Amino acid sequence: MSDSSAASHGQSPSSTGSQSGTEQLTTADGTPLRISLRKAEARARRRAFFLVLPLLAFLLVTFAIPIVQMISRSVRNPEVSEYLPNTASAIQNWNGQEVPPEEVFAAMAADMEVGMENRTLGRAAARINREIPGARSTVLGTARALDEMSPPYKEAFIADDDGWTNLEFWRLIKRETRTITPVYYLLAFDYEYSPSGEIVERAEYYQVYRMLFLRTAWMSLLITALCILLGYPVAHLLATLPLKTSNLLMILVLLPFWTSLLVRTSAWIVLLQQQGVVNDMLVWLGVIDTDNRVRMIYNQIGTIVAMTHILLPFMILPLYSVMKTIPPSYMRAARSLGATQLRAFVTVYMPLTIPGLAAGVLLVFILAIGYYITPALVGGDTGIFISNLIAQNMTGSTAQLRLAAALATILLVAVLVLYWAFNKLVGVDRLKFG
Amino acid sequence: MRTTAKSVTLAMAASVVALAAAHAQDDSLTIVSWGGAYTESQDKAYHQPYAEKTGTEILQEDKSAQALAGIRSQVEAGNVTWDVVDMLQADAQRACDEGLIMEIPHDEWLAEAPDGTPPSEDFIEGTLGDCFIPQILYATMFAYNTEAFDGEGPQTIADIWDTEKFPGTRALQNIPQKNLEWALIADGVSPDEVYDVLATQEGQDRAFAKLDEIRDNIIWWSEGAQPPQMLADGEAAIATAYNGRIFNAQVNEDQPFEIMWDGQMFEVDGWVVPVGNDDELELIKDYLYFATDTQRLADQAKYISYAPARKSSVPKVGQHAELGIDMKPHMPTQDENFQNAVQFNTDFWADYGDALEERFNAWLAQ
Repeated sequence: MSDSSAASHGQSPSSTGSQSGTEQLTTADGTPLRISLRKAEARARRRAFFLVLPLLAFLLVTFAIPIVQMISRSVRNPEVSEYLPNTASAIQNWNGQEVPPEEVFAAMAADMEVGMENRTLGRAAARINREIPGARSTVLGTARALDEMSPPYKEAFIADDDGWTNLEFWRLIKRETRTITPVYYLLAFDYEYSPSGEIVERAEYYQVYRMLFLRTAWMSLLITALCILLGYPVAHLLATLPLKTSNLLMILVLLPFWTSLLVRTSAWIVLLQQQGVVNDMLVWLGVIDTDNRVRMIYNQIGTIVAMTHILLPFMILPLYSVMKTIPPSYMRAARSLGATQLRAFVTVYMPLTIPGLAAGVLLVFILAIGYYITPALVGGDTGIFISNLIAQNMTGSTAQLRLAAALATILLVAVLVLYWAFNKLVGVDRLKFG
Repeated sequence: MRTTAKSVTLAMAASVVALAAAHAQDDSLTIVSWGGAYTESQDKAYHQPYAEKTGTEILQEDKSAQALAGIRSQVEAGNVTWDVVDMLQADAQRACDEGLIMEIPHDEWLAEAPDGTPPSEDFIEGTLGDCFIPQILYATMFAYNTEAFDGEGPQTIADIWDTEKFPGTRALQNIPQKNLEWALIADGVSPDEVYDVLATQEGQDRAFAKLDEIRDNIIWWSEGAQPPQMLADGEAAIATAYNGRIFNAQVNEDQPFEIMWDGQMFEVDGWVVPVGNDDELELIKDYLYFATDTQRLADQAKYISYAPARKSSVPKVGQHAELGIDMKPHMPTQDENFQNAVQFNTDFWADYGDALEERFNAWLAQ
């Protein structure tokens, strides 16, 4: 933007210069005008760049770097190799068929001593425990008793806790020595490594993420469709009514748009909850009796209703801006050539609104797919989105930051792919955002 | 041009450093706790007297529900802003094992009992952790709104699962802890075998199947302040809650709530100090010395019905500060209330928490 404005500023004087004569023009100090102008342009361009520099730095620090960190975090797996370094190298020669030899146990004992000193052993134990429940106690329990043990450690460890004979435990450690791992992406698609190291589907009662990605997608689609259904006629009205009435209507669209998201979500809670306004009305009208109040919130209905309402202006505004530019004479021309009202609308008016419609769809769908706060507040357990599980993996007491990073990366890639596909289909340069 | 850029960058860097330094030097403590009536009781019993005595400004954050994840991310990022954190014993044990919080030499840091008993012997057995200073003993149990039932409310854990006899929505916390234990108890497992059963695959399946039975009658809460609100609003007839919260609603808000002590699960809650707080360590130690002495712990029981974790504080528990009612009958440790109590097993959850929490979350979202 700044470049082009600088260029256009420079262009007009130079073009007048060439018009006024063939003789080379110079400035007061004798330098040719062309060179002096180019200098001035370059300076202006540099200055313009300097102006956007803060924004660039801001974007780099708050946007680009965190995304790179997030992506790198989603594949990092440093616990075992970093906190159990001796074991990690000793176990490489182990064949995986019987309990490892003494040297592996001795390496483990050495790692434990360091790990207890630095209090890092718990991190390695926590990582292993995630895959083998109870392994944490085995590792930390033996580590606490390590002072009273003497070599050979293999016998001493096994006497202390028979968890040390578990081959799965050792195979896991061998597998976990890789510092880059796909395991969090596997988890994000409900797959995992089996004890023997193959990639398998997780037990059914752990499966949740694929279902949630799909749910997020179809609910976002549904919300987008509802927004078109509700927004299209409103935008048409806004664009065609006399100014006085359409201004009033516009305010009705914009007021909620300017109201805080949290306020609007809470308002829906007040309206839809079982002791809420809508239920009270239905009871009062005698449609339902008071023991059978409808549950319209803390489920999918709540999410769909609240989000459609919140995202509706993002559909109406681009549609309106496009519809406003369609001359009414086009429709009249179509009618005068014999088309019915419907035919004229479908073949003349609708195609002209596509840039606005496409922009609205893109805005609403992409905003919806990453929505967090509204599903969290009104979604209950069946109306939550993938972003809510990402948040859960970041905050719970058993938070899995790396899984959250993997899920977030998948979501990011999915949105980029959708954007790309949309661009192929409609052409982003054709969009009109209002 | 280049020099301007450089000087601007330098100026920006300098101001950032200056800001950070100003933050580190100021005489304030950031204390993280659970919010609501609980934070209020801490505020009155510990924070206000301490601020009066020393002039320290105490900043409070209600983030204890995410304490472990919060400390983990602050320590990993090398930017620790929390000075003292109120945390559950199980989480504190994990944080300690992972080196996220400081080891605490109790006898060195804390005040003796009035009779000279060292702190390490004055706190209730099994509650002191390497990195943990216990504060209170509290119970999580079921409570109900008496107006939701024509006759008597539920009396046992099995009654909670009886939706015919006791209809209405149940509000449970959206975590597996305690819910799975209660599900097994409702299914007939004796309280002292609950954790052995829950350690097996069959036991876990059984607990989830039992929860499935009342799934349609459950709404979920996440913050301790929610269940009293849900009971008061009529959104739930029965709710699990922390006993202090229900007590608060009973006496301060005159709510018609009743606590069902059967199957109460008690655990300990207390203070930890995240690593990376070396600059402010003296202030933190001074605060902890003050806030965990015998009198202060007994004082907290003037505002909320949690039992002090120091034995020497127990005889000092008296009457409610404002209402004058005797606090002893409302303590979870009172004989009558304690009959069918189950001790929450922090070791079990340290081992099985990951797997069960994952399964629970998947179960919730399905």
